[in-house]
Amino acid sequence: MDDLRLLFVDDEEELVSAVVERLELRGIDGVGATSGDEALDHLREGSFDVVVLDIKMPGIGGLEVLRTINRRHPEVKVILMTGHGSAKDSEIGRRLGAVAYLEKPVDLEDLLMTVDQAVNPEGGGPDGA
Amino acid sequence: MTDTSQGSTEISDLVGTADLPEPEVPGEQVSESAYRRLRRMVVLATATVSLLPLAITVVINYVQFHEALQAEAVDPMARLTLNTKRSLELFLSERRSALTFLVHDRPFVELCDRAALTRVISNLNRSLEVGAFVDLGVIDDDGGQLCYSGPYELEGRNYSDQDWFHEVARRGTYTSDVFLGFRNSPHFAIAIKHDRPDGGFYVLRATIDAEMLSEQILTAGLQPTDDVFLINRQGILQSPSRHYGEILGQVPLPVPHYSPTVEVVELEDDRGRTIFMSSAHINISPFILVQIKPAREAMGRWFSLRSELLAFLFISAGLILAVILWGSGQLIRRMREADERRTALYHQVEYSNKLASIGRLAAGVAHEINNPLAIINEKAGLLLDLVTVGPETRHEERLVAAVDSILRSVQRCKKVTHRLLGFARHMDVQTETIDLENLLREVLGFLEQEAEYRDLTVSFQVQDKLPTAVSDRGQLQQVFLNILNNAFAAVSDGGRIGIELAREDADHVAVTIADDGVGIPKEHLQRIFEPFFTTKSGTGTGLGLSITYGIVKKLGGTCRVESEVGTGTRFTVVLPISREG
Repeated sequence: MDDLRLLFVDDEEELVSAVVERLELRGIDGVGATSGDEALDHLREGSFDVVVLDIKMPGIGGLEVLRTINRRHPEVKVILMTGHGSAKDSEIGRRLGAVAYLEKPVDLEDLLMTVDQAVNPEGGGPDGA
Repeated sequence: MTDTSQGSTEISDLVGTADLPEPEVPGEQVSESAYRRLRRMVVLATATVSLLPLAITVVINYVQFHEALQAEAVDPMARLTLNTKRSLELFLSERRSALTFLVHDRPFVELCDRAALTRVISNLNRSLEVGAFVDLGVIDDDGGQLCYSGPYELEGRNYSDQDWFHEVARRGTYTSDVFLGFRNSPHFAIAIKHDRPDGGFYVLRATIDAEMLSEQILTAGLQPTDDVFLINRQGILQSPSRHYGEILGQVPLPVPHYSPTVEVVELEDDRGRTIFMSSAHINISPFILVQIKPAREAMGRWFSLRSELLAFLFISAGLILAVILWGSGQLIRRMREADERRTALYHQVEYSNKLASIGRLAAGVAHEINNPLAIINEKAGLLLDLVTVGPETRHEERLVAAVDSILRSVQRCKKVTHRLLGFARHMDVQTETIDLENLLREVLGFLEQEAEYRDLTVSFQVQDKLPTAVSDRGQLQQVFLNILNNAFAAVSDGGRIGIELAREDADHVAVTIADDGVGIPKEHLQRIFEPFFTTKSGTGTGLGLSITYGIVKKLGGTCRVESEVGTGTRFTVVLPISREG
């Protein structure tokens, strides 16, 4: 997981910076973005293994970003995140190819476990899959 | 209690404010008195339009029958009276004519001869078929009896001081009342005046046996209860009566006023009998002919007809009223049921709407809180990372403890927001597979604050391998919230509430919620699922359990309740299990 590149997208800058910093402390190459546009910019500029995406954002929403990623970067794994647990959103996200769906506030350890399962679906994670 | 027993103040407050189990929705329930008023009006209006024509018909019939039957009874009586009056008048007139003939036929001197008078009497008695003269006297204008022929020694007697003498002198003719006279036998006198050529006058006076009068009275066709007799203008009987006294006695009846024709009146006699009295004055005499017929005999047909008429009226009226009362009762009952159904439905819709808006509000609040909560979570996590990853600092231990506390608080908040979101999410979800235990624990989460404050013990018993139910999550939450709320209201502080989940049969699972509270009296037990039935005067709408019942039925389940006052209440909700699991 050390060579993992992760893009964390949320409209709350404070949240993004804290998560990025904590990822760095764990030796993970984390990049933050506070809008859908910024996230797509980052994806254009460099390659990422996993994108953690908030569904509800001003401007381009998470689901819209997910569609774009599917189109342009089909190899990137996407984990969706939401502040309110709408069953409809999670269903749509799953159909659009998101690998997981997390409810905010997300615990970093939970997030990392989900990320690990996403990139190693065959069972390379700490708890297996 | 469940493991989420801490810090759910906000939810309980929210739920409390929203008043979930007993919503204060505007009611349009029609009051009991309004139904009573309506029923009164219906009964009154229907009774009026049906009974009034009946009553009018009966009254018209009554009057007409009465008149017809009275005429039928009275007319023959009046005819008989008239005939008798005529025969009596003829009888008297014959006798007056005989005397008139005498005074014109015989010279005065001849009449003043006693032997001649005796001859005259015998001739007259021979010529008049019935009723003979008893005696005959000639009285001069001084009142002195000049000549007399008869069984008594009356010659020389002076009548100038007697009323009859003055009357005959004045009017020319006179018929006396019946009197006993000198021989103690009832008789009456007829007198006529004759003017003499010299300017004076004399009076011819004859006495007739009163028996003759009685014989003139027609008795044919009279019933034994009927009576015919003569009275004078003072009400003294002039002929014997069957029922009203002996001759010359006072008749106990009112004396009819003078009328030239026959009069029939209905009155009550001295013995309290209702009678018809037909009367006629006999011309040129003091006599009044009276015929009496008891109304009972005369109107016998009328009385039986009247009874039939009244029986008909009362039976018909009774039947009509019974039908009206029964019909209106049915009508109002149906109406009231429809009203109640409609109102209950209305309240249920209101209630669901309210619940949905509370859900939306809860979702909004939860979402808004989740974002800052995520920041707090990450920042605290970062703090912890920095403290533990870097070199040991002076206050590391205290810092770690502080951050751990923050993180625990965040976890608590997270539980709250997730529960709120869960609540909101279930507003619009339809039938799904439900783990009843989870659902019940969720519902209990809303009430745990109260349970803690009031020191209530809530126990949970779940049968092994309990199948999942298939139902509507949100509505089921509402059902259990209602029942649990009632259980909470029933128990006193420190009470016990037991929740039991067990398989009912092959297709159903039963959720039993039992409390050791006050219990429900038997008479209330049958009514607790009725809409608007409440014992919480003022605070309850009486809809909670009715809605609960409606939902459970809609979900294909059943509801039953057992209760004993002082021991507690057991509510059991039986739900269909899901086929697949």
